[in-house]
Amino acid sequence: MCNSELRGIEKSLDKLSEVGIRPVAISVDPPDVSRDHAKQQGYTFPLLSDQNVEVIKRYDLVHAGAGENGHDIARPAELLLDSTGTVRWINLTENYWVRARPEQVLEVSKLLK
Amino acid sequence: MDSILRRINWPLWVGLLLTLAAFMSYFFVFVWFPITRDFPWANFVLFVLAGVLLFMGLRRGFASGRPHPTRSKIISVIVSVFSVLVIGLFVFAYFVGGRMLPASKGAPQVGQRAPDFTLPDTTGKQTSLSELMTTPINGKAPRGVLLIFYRGYW
Repeated sequence: MCNSELRGIEKSLDKLSEVGIRPVAISVDPPDVSRDHAKQQGYTFPLLSDQNVEVIKRYDLVHAGAGENGHDIARPAELLLDSTGTVRWINLTENYWVRARPEQVLEVSKLLK
Repeated sequence: MDSILRRINWPLWVGLLLTLAAFMSYFFVFVWFPITRDFPWANFVLFVLAGVLLFMGLRRGFASGRPHPTRSKIISVIVSVFSVLVIGLFVFAYFVGGRMLPASKGAPQVGQRAPDFTLPDTTGKQTSLSELMTTPINGKAPRGVLLIFYRGYW
């Protein structure tokens, strides 16, 4: 589901750039795992590593014990921030099979000044 | 050919194969398209077709005049029960398993400032949110940053 979502973002990268939106993905994966992952899938937007689950915790997006060997991971979530860092849109899916679509992001990008 | 088709309980076996194909196809095919990912209706259609075939197979397994009546009944029951369990697992995973997510009540709300952070990118370079918000896109200052939290590679 995650790869499906990220692949959709990669495909819409030109459209997102046009409206001035930079996608950034965050997970608990270490940088080298993310690097291989990005290479394999062809992702060209930034993938950041929150190995200690600190930022994910600060955003209250921890899914406790849901990772490999019972590690904490991030629950799926998308936030659109404007250029001042203010949240303009947040999508907290209630079902992890259901993910934000790039069209949704392009639609809410109209909320940005 | 005709006699083989009559001897073999083909609806039962096709029903089993279709059940397995319907299950696997989500993860290999339908997950890649938002329209079949967010609600797996394509898989449900295939499961319904499989169910019809399994029902036919079950009736056939219990029909009189089978070459091995006892074996035929036992096999058709085992295959049908197994298939129903596979379908049940998928339905459970979507409607119950998929919803096992934390409420995240403390997540930043619309209008609030998103907490700043600095995290390493895939090359290990420390990257801050403020950098991401100011580094130009195609020569222009970004209008926004889309943060996507995801579960990870596996």
